[in-house]
Amino acid sequence: MRFSGLKVIKEGLTGNRGWRPHWRDPDPKGAYDMVIIGGGGHGLATAYYLAKEHGITNVAVLEKGYLGGGNVGRNTTIVRANYFLPGNSEFYSHSLKLWESMEEELNFNVMHSQRGLINLFHSDGQRDAFARRGNAMVNQGDDAILLDREGVRQHLPYLDFENTRFPIYGGLYHPRGGTARHDAVAWGYARGADARDVDLIQNCAVTGIDVEQGRVTGVQTTRGAIRAKKVGVVVAGRSSQVAAMAGLRLPIESHVLQAFVTEGLKPAIDHVVSFGMGHFYISQSDKGGLVFGGDLDFYASYAARGNLPMAEHVMEAGMTLMPMIGKAKVLRSWGGIMDMTPDGSPIIDRAPVEGLYLNCGWCYGGFKAVPGSGFSFAHLMATDRHHAPAARYRLDRFATGRGLMDEEGTGAQHNLH
Amino acid sequence: MRLRCPLCGERDRREFSYKGAAVALDRPATEDWSAEWDDYLHNRANPAGETRDLWQHAAGCGAWLVVTRDTVTHAVTEVALARDAARGKGAA
Ligand SMILES: Cc1cc2nc3c(=O)[nH]c(=O)nc-3n(C[C@H](O)[C@H](O)[C@H](O)COP(=O)(O)OP(=O)(O)OC[C@H]3O[C@@H](n4cnc5c(N)ncnc54)[C@H](O)[C@@H]3O)c2cc1C
Ligand SMILES: [Zn+2]
Repeated sequence: MRFSGLKVIKEGLTGNRGWRPHWRDPDPKGAYDMVIIGGGGHGLATAYYLAKEHGITNVAVLEKGYLGGGNVGRNTTIVRANYFLPGNSEFYSHSLKLWESMEEELNFNVMHSQRGLINLFHSDGQRDAFARRGNAMVNQGDDAILLDREGVRQHLPYLDFENTRFPIYGGLYHPRGGTARHDAVAWGYARGADARDVDLIQNCAVTGIDVEQGRVTGVQTTRGAIRAKKVGVVVAGRSSQVAAMAGLRLPIESHVLQAFVTEGLKPAIDHVVSFGMGHFYISQSDKGGLVFGGDLDFYASYAARGNLPMAEHVMEAGMTLMPMIGKAKVLRSWGGIMDMTPDGSPIIDRAPVEGLYLNCGWCYGGFKAVPGSGFSFAHLMATDRHHAPAARYRLDRFATGRGLMDEEGTGAQHNLH
Repeated sequence: MRLRCPLCGERDRREFSYKGAAVALDRPATEDWSAEWDDYLHNRANPAGETRDLWQHAAGCGAWLVVTRDTVTHAVTEVALARDAARGKGAA
């Protein structure tokens, strides 16, 4: 079923009775060429590109809940390519280009909105760091503009420019940055994969990984055993548990990240804005809600909810930066489980078990990575070779110390990202 | 979340800073680089359930603590001085 303007109008006039489910709900077969564990954004994109780019369609995505019910449907939807270090730069640059063609590619409206992202800075040192980051972005072929204080004021007149404690010196403007409708991305890839005969199997938790003589032979699930020649683990915050089924210990600690949304308001915040002196970033959804968040709660957690200190910090930081939002009522807050690596960068690599592949460690930044990650991971699983833009996301970089990608420059240590 | 510091009593989570899994107490005996060191520094069991991690009562008495808690429910079952936990292992 294809979407078109005509179809939407026709259905609107005839009671929307012509729509059909967008994907099948098959029972698992006994064996597949490849099994993807995890039906989040990354797992679904991987399955889509396996079918589309490599013609591998005897594939199942096994999801323990429902498609898109994990972090892909819980995040604050920022999409950007403003990374600094080689490895990250080329990967996110590639991913952003895939975003820019995604809606036509999938024939699905993911509401990708390149409204521009502005990261504010508040000191000379921060300005220098952002100038350097902006140069790295431009060198990568992406877009970055260094705004001075008056430049920021033109875009964001509502900020508190009188704040003497945290004066606004300027901002790094990334015009192609923006937001997207999070679960639409999962649905779009799901639909595309299903249309290419991939089986999307929901309510199917993987409970074991079968390994014989160092080689993967299949998985055990709540819906029976499934044999597979290759298995990809794409389970975000649950990566440690699933890897443990194959006897692996990963360089990952799971942390909770919170987000907040207010009642719907008239359009007021046109960009994505981040504060440089506290943990706070914000955008306004197309429904009008202010969507904002901050940093991790900073302790290992699998509870999809956080604690009050970070909620309070985020509110305080928001009020410091843009007091005008103070009267908006917060409707909801929630948390998601983040797979944090020691250097804050992800892993797309073969596991030390033949036929097992790892896609994890996306930390709090994996939504923007969905298309790039799926594309590169499919390439790795299909060809057993790294895809160039993701070639540095190696599992062994922690053991060797070579190629660590610590964007924040705080050290490759678990509690620092 | 509140933690009961053995020296100061029950205090707000904000007074404590988190270091990570209590494996930090199990420093490998040899100084030479080995897979054991990689495992110690980077790899984690990362359990969904009971875990032991290290916290410091940074905005209080400064003591290092071993906290036993549940990562799913956030329930805290035990807080002990890291010094005592380490001595209990014969590591002092
Ligand atoms: C509050 C919040 C804000 C965020 N904001 C942003 C942002 O603005 N920009 C950005 O780029 N990123 C952001 N992120 C990060 C981003 O959401 C994640 O990095 C990304 O969604 C993770 O990949 P995924 O979509 O594949 O994960 P998920 O959607 O979590 O998919 C993993 C799936 O695996 C399934 N699974 C787990 N175990 C098993 C098993 N044993 N068997 C079968 N299935 C299993 C889960 O049910 C889940 O559906 C944010 C995250 C949170 C929580
Ligand atoms: Zn104390």
